[in-house]
Amino acid sequence: MRSFAFVDLVSLVTAVQWTVLLVVLALVFGAPLGLALATARISRHAPLRWAASGIIQLIQGVPLLGLLFFFYFGMPVFLGLQVPALIAVTVAYTLYTAGFLGDIWRGSLQAVKQAQWEAGACLGLSLTQQFFHIIGPQALRMATPPTVGFLVQLIKGTSLASIVGFVELARAGQVTSAATFQPLLTYSVVAAIYFALCLPLTLWSRSLEARLNGAR
Amino acid sequence: MNFQPLWRYQDQLIEGVLITLALTLVAAIVGLVIGVAGAVALRGNFRPARMLVRSYIELFRNTPSLIQIFLIFFVLPSFGLKLPAFESAAVALSLYFGAYSVEIVRAGLDSIPKSQIEAGQCLGLTGWQVFRHIVLPPAMRNVYPAFTSQFVLLLLGTSLASQVAAGELFHVASFIESRTYRSFEVYAAICVIYFALVMAFKALFAVIDATAFRWPRRQ
Repeated sequence: MRSFAFVDLVSLVTAVQWTVLLVVLALVFGAPLGLALATARISRHAPLRWAASGIIQLIQGVPLLGLLFFFYFGMPVFLGLQVPALIAVTVAYTLYTAGFLGDIWRGSLQAVKQAQWEAGACLGLSLTQQFFHIIGPQALRMATPPTVGFLVQLIKGTSLASIVGFVELARAGQVTSAATFQPLLTYSVVAAIYFALCLPLTLWSRSLEARLNGAR
Repeated sequence: MNFQPLWRYQDQLIEGVLITLALTLVAAIVGLVIGVAGAVALRGNFRPARMLVRSYIELFRNTPSLIQIFLIFFVLPSFGLKLPAFESAAVALSLYFGAYSVEIVRAGLDSIPKSQIEAGQCLGLTGWQVFRHIVLPPAMRNVYPAFTSQFVLLLLGTSLASQVAAGELFHVASFIESRTYRSFEVYAAICVIYFALVMAFKALFAVIDATAFRWPRRQ
């Protein structure tokens, strides 16, 4: 047994890079998928809408831990091949991100008035042009605060990767806590690091929202 | 794919569902009480109380629920307060849900225009009557959607209690998996059970919404 030393603090802080990596991977793959779900959700083809809505409901109706365990432990057995930990975890976080962002962005797209689409059509714009030049920019303004809010949710959610043995911040905390027998100090430091990551985003999201409400 | 071996663990699964529901309901009720108390404190004139509530909200909303559960489960014993797994998880999840509830309840109270309260006072209603008949009904309708979606997140979040062996559904899943080695089937089945629970609550909430908040909306 040894006590919590400076080296432990360093190892916790370096573990943050894995947390950040998970968040970045989840966004890189999850955001495009989320956008696809959001646009499918407002499509004029009913089957597309149903499919997207079903996928979103499913992802939001299942615990993130369940997704992680399913893709980390379940899927490789089913497929009968070795899946690297990072890939399994990334798949779970990608779906999670896509499900929530898809719903948030669907809401923002629908909040833009129908007449805006019609006005675009009257000007002779194609559907794609209407989406990117008229609806998209307006929806983006409304989507930013909740998207940043979800980012906080995602950062906190990456702590669950520790449970499947992925060494990021929370897992580094468990290891340190076990080595030093100082759970109070260790977990407080871990919590403080998460807090330092999330609070700026929370405050940013809130100020964006205040500005948005002020503009209207 | 073979779901057959899972059937032997029916009883454990049912018990897991019941513990999950118990955990969810306890945390939802305690969290809601915290939410109302916190929102009242935030609207009050006592500055230290406001600052206390604000720091509580930021602290619990900006750190992972998992770490909060660990802190309460592993750390309280060193202060001589040893809580069993279920109780630890219930305390942690209540505090987590409470932090979100304060914001939800506060937003609901803020959504009532001041002029309506003044109108009530002009009619000679007492403070309690104004709150009971003018503020509360529309405020409840306004916060209802946010509250129900937070409730669903709480229900799914109880799966984290498995990490301190609280005996809820996800813990049962890990137990069955360790016995049968059928990880694909076990976690697929567990996800389906959670999904069914969520859908059942969503249906219940929709029914409550349609019966309790029937008066017309102002456009």
